[in-house]
Amino acid sequence: MKVTFWGTRGSIAAAGPQTARYGGNTSCVELRTAGGGLIVLDAGTGIVSLANGLDPDTARIDLLLTHLHMDHIQGLGFFGPLYNPDAEVHIWAPPSRSRDLSERLSRYLAPPLFPVRLRDLPCQPTLHDVPIGRFELDGLTVQADLVSHPYTTLGYRIEEGERSLTYLPDHEPALTSAALDGEPAWISGLALATGADLLIHDAQYSDAEYEVRVGWGHSSVNHALNFARMAGVEKLVLFHYDPVRTDDDLDALFEVELARESVEFPVQPAREGDVLDV
Amino acid sequence: MTADRSPTGRQMPIELILLRQAASYLSIPVWLADEDGDLVFYNEPAEASLGRRYEEEGALAASELAETFQTRAEDGSNVLAEDLPINIALNQRRPDHKTLRVRGMDGDWRVLEVTAFPIEGQAGRHLGAVVFFWEVDR
Repeated sequence: MKVTFWGTRGSIAAAGPQTARYGGNTSCVELRTAGGGLIVLDAGTGIVSLANGLDPDTARIDLLLTHLHMDHIQGLGFFGPLYNPDAEVHIWAPPSRSRDLSERLSRYLAPPLFPVRLRDLPCQPTLHDVPIGRFELDGLTVQADLVSHPYTTLGYRIEEGERSLTYLPDHEPALTSAALDGEPAWISGLALATGADLLIHDAQYSDAEYEVRVGWGHSSVNHALNFARMAGVEKLVLFHYDPVRTDDDLDALFEVELARESVEFPVQPAREGDVLDV
Repeated sequence: MTADRSPTGRQMPIELILLRQAASYLSIPVWLADEDGDLVFYNEPAEASLGRRYEEEGALAASELAETFQTRAEDGSNVLAEDLPINIALNQRRPDHKTLRVRGMDGDWRVLEVTAFPIEGQAGRHLGAVVFFWEVDR
């Protein structure tokens, strides 16, 4: 699998020269399978740049949304393939017993918030409720489970052969086990991440910031490190940065947090444009 | 496309995890049962009647649970196991409430208001039951 980061920011886009190195676009990660298939993880503002480089003849696009907070869907209305009547786009999102996905997405993709209605998009995307558990998708095995974040939110583990990637961009496991040293079965998202070759994980806060944002659904850098350690991952990518942080702020945060204790696996703060092989 | 639940390791559903967090802050006894009826969590106020500490001994299998309690109706008559609120929530997937006389592992008889709700997650997942107890002074 080849992984490309198109949006690394959390909460709201933070464009400008002070965020140019890590990037200001909100969550969007491209996943290319060995067979050339395209999976897109979340539709934050980064998806616009992804679309700009897409082959217009791309046969099929599967867009896996973790949840429907604005920073994870805001790019949808500007995702070029949705305006191509020949494109085959499948949008996958957390299930709901009370409102179908069309209704939920139409809260954004309809006037007055957006000029084009979901039902009027030329592509007519196919909408799916993600099954909780494992399912096959384009030669990949996808494992989806609900995780700790306000509003129904999914985490994904995606496996291709023996290789695995876990995507937990908005995740507060500390809420379910304060010190992250409790019983593994009771720690949100841990089964998804166990033994993953690559874990992409929420790292929105410092520990001090987290103390006054408990329950907001995000992790500190330290929480991400501890979670990755418990999961025994091969590599951790820090993700979903607080929008108020400049590049220099992020450098300073990582310098402090990553030096605090020995880390026995590689840790890489995600930057827009980064490409990783899994 | 097929979907099944076969996680990499044992993982409690987030609904149970968050209910456990809430229960751990309450001063009334609360049980959490999984879909098989095993008591996967009970909070500190529930420990005396169960005769065990969760932090030391952990979960309680459904088969053990049945041996732990003697239960009577409020008037002292017998109550079938299938009519207990927890079993109605688990097996019939509906809430139930009863006033019961219960003797736990500490040997004391108590009159309890017992309310059980099935835990129904998204995508039609039946995840277990939550049971609340309220001791009645009478």
